[in-house]
Amino acid sequence: MTRVFVPRDSAAVAVGADEVATAIAETAARAGREVRIVRNGSRGLVSLEPLVEVETPNGRIGYGPVAPGDVAGLAASGFLDGADHPLRIGPPGSLPFFRKQTRLTFARCGITDPLSLDDYRAHGGLHGLAAARALAPEAIVEAIRASGLRGRGGAGFPAGIKWDTVRTTPAARKFVVCNADEGDSGTFADRMILEGDPFLLIEGLLIAARAVGAAKAYVYIRSEYPLAVAAFSESVAIAAAAGVLDGVEIETRVGAGAYVCGEETALLESLEGRRGQVRAKPPLPAHAGLFGAPTLIHNVLTLAAAPFILAQGPQAYAALGFDRSRGTMPIQLAGDVRNGGLFEAPFGITLGELVNDIGGGTESGGPVRAVQVGGPLGAYFPPALFDTPFDYEAFAARGGLIGHGGVVVFAEGVDMAEQARFALEFCAVESCGKCTPCRIGARRGVETMDRIRAGVRPAANLETLRDLCETMRDGSLCALGGLTPLPVMSALTHFPEDFRAPGAAEA
Amino acid sequence: MAAISYQDVIARHAEVEGALLPVLQALQAEFGWISDEAAALAAEALNLSRAEVHGALTFYHDLRRAPAGRRVLKLCRAEACQARGGRTAQAALEAALGVDMGETTPDGAVTLEPAYCLGLCASGPAALLDERPVARLTGGRLATLIETVRG
Repeated sequence: MTRVFVPRDSAAVAVGADEVATAIAETAARAGREVRIVRNGSRGLVSLEPLVEVETPNGRIGYGPVAPGDVAGLAASGFLDGADHPLRIGPPGSLPFFRKQTRLTFARCGITDPLSLDDYRAHGGLHGLAAARALAPEAIVEAIRASGLRGRGGAGFPAGIKWDTVRTTPAARKFVVCNADEGDSGTFADRMILEGDPFLLIEGLLIAARAVGAAKAYVYIRSEYPLAVAAFSESVAIAAAAGVLDGVEIETRVGAGAYVCGEETALLESLEGRRGQVRAKPPLPAHAGLFGAPTLIHNVLTLAAAPFILAQGPQAYAALGFDRSRGTMPIQLAGDVRNGGLFEAPFGITLGELVNDIGGGTESGGPVRAVQVGGPLGAYFPPALFDTPFDYEAFAARGGLIGHGGVVVFAEGVDMAEQARFALEFCAVESCGKCTPCRIGARRGVETMDRIRAGVRPAANLETLRDLCETMRDGSLCALGGLTPLPVMSALTHFPEDFRAPGAAEA
Repeated sequence: MAAISYQDVIARHAEVEGALLPVLQALQAEFGWISDEAAALAAEALNLSRAEVHGALTFYHDLRRAPAGRRVLKLCRAEACQARGGRTAQAALEAALGVDMGETTPDGAVTLEPAYCLGLCASGPAALLDERPVARLTGGRLATLIETVRG
C-alpha cells in the first residue's frame, strides 16, 4: 500500500487536482498497484500545484505541477516508488521556499490529511487545548497577552486585551465568532487553513471559548470559498462525533457576497439576519456584540495561533518577531509573482526580500513596478520602499498597512491611474451605504478619476480627488471608506506620471 | 410525491437564531432564485416585515431575484487577478459570450458575474464555474472554459 497525496486545496483543484487524483487511482488499479490517495491541504507553493507526493521508504517525494495527462508518463517512470521524472522535485520540504519559513500556524498544512483527527493528534494537535483545560480562564488569557499576539484580520489590536474584556464582562451568555470572510484580494491564508488544517481553527475556537466563557461559536465563511465551507463543516461534524468539542457548539454560516461583512460589526449584523451594515462603536463587540452579548470576534489566523501559544508557551511565540509585532505572520505572495503562495515568517522580513528573494520577481518576467500590500484598502508601494520591514508600525509609518498579509505584485506596464480608479469603483460596489463619505465619495471618486484620465481639467480634478479622499478618510464609519484613499493616494504619490492624460494641457 | 414547497424549505432553517440569511440561501439553493412570493413567506415565518426581508435580499450580491442561466460563471475582477491578466480574460469572455458582467446569454446557457477575490491570487485569472474553482485562465485554459460554458 502506497500513500499518494493530492491536495484538496482550491488552488490545486482549480488546476485539475481532482482529475489528477482520479487518473492516479485508475492507473494504479490497472497496474494492480495498491495505493491510498490522501487529499491533503496545500503546502502553499502555488506554482507547483497540483503537487503530488508519494510516500516512499526515503520520505515523501514530490512531483509538480502535475496535469492529468502527465499521470500515465509518471506511472511509466515509476513515480509510485519515487523514481526520476522531469516533474520530480524531490522532498518538498527541502525546497528553499519552504526551508526559509518558520511555520507555527501552518506547521501541518499540506502534510496531514485535513479530515483525520488521528493525523491531527499525531502531528501535535490538541496539545494547546489540553494545556488550556489545565488552566483557569484568566491564565489562558494571560498566556495570550504574554505572547504579544495581535489581531491578524488587519487592525493588529492586542488579542489579550480583547479576550480579557470579553472574559470580565458579566453576561448570561457570550459568543466566540470567527471572521472567515477573507475578502481581501491577494489573501488566501484563511482559506488554506479551512481546507488544509480545519481542526486547528476548531482547537483555537475551543481555547477561546473556554477562556472567555462562551458555549457557542460561529464561523462565518465567505460564499466565494465553497470548498472551504464544505471542508470546515465536515471537520466540525468529525470533531463533534469524536467528542472533542467540550460541549461548545460550533455553527458554520456562509456569507452572501458582501465584502463589507469582513468588517466585524457588519459581520455581526449579517449573522443576526440583517443587511451587512456597519455599526457605530461603541459599544465594542467585546461588551455588546452578537445578539447583544459580549462577543470575542477574531480572524481565522488569530484563533489559529492560539493552540501553538498554549502548547509551547507564550514565550516561544513572543521570542519571534519585530518590535511590537510578535510571532509569525502567514504572508501571502500573489499577483504577478513567480513563487506565489503562503510564506509564514516572523515579522520583520523586508518587502524586497519577500518580493524578490522569496517570490523570485514577476512571473511574466518584467521588472516589478508596484506592490499592493494588505488587500484592496492597502497602499501601492514602489520598489523604492522595498526596505520596509513587514511590521504593523513600519508600514503605517510609510503610509501603508499590512492588513491580512497579502502582497500583490504588479509588473511594469500596470496603469496606476486605472488601479486608483478600481479602488474607488470597488468601494462604490461594496459600500454598505450607511455613511455618506463612503457611499457618495466612492462614486464621485470614480467620476473624478474618469475625468483625470480623460485629461479634463486635470489640476482641478486632482484637487477634488485629494479633497474627496480626505473626507472619506476622516469621515467614514469603517475601514472600507476610511482606507480606500490609501491605494488611491499612494498611487498618486508614487506614480504621478500615470495620472497625466497623454497630451493633456494643464488647466 | 409533491414538489418541495417554499414553506418546507423555510421551516428547515427558521429555528436558528438570526435565520434570515440561512433561509434565503436555502431558498435560492433549492429553487435557484428567490421569488416575491418566497420572500413574503419567509417574512411571515420569521416574524419580520417584508421591508426587512427586501432589505437583505437587495443588499447581498449573491441573492437572486430572477433566475440565472443554466450555468453561473463568476470571474474574479480583483487586484491580484488584474495583475495576472484578469482584464484580458474578462474582455475575452464578454466578447465570446456576447454579454457584459451581470448578464445572462440570450439562450439562457450561462450567467457571467463578477466576483471580488476567490482566494486563488497566485494562479489567476480565476473563476468559479457553478461553485467549482478554475484558475490560470489564459490561452488554452481560457479557450477551454469558454467552450465548456457555451455548452
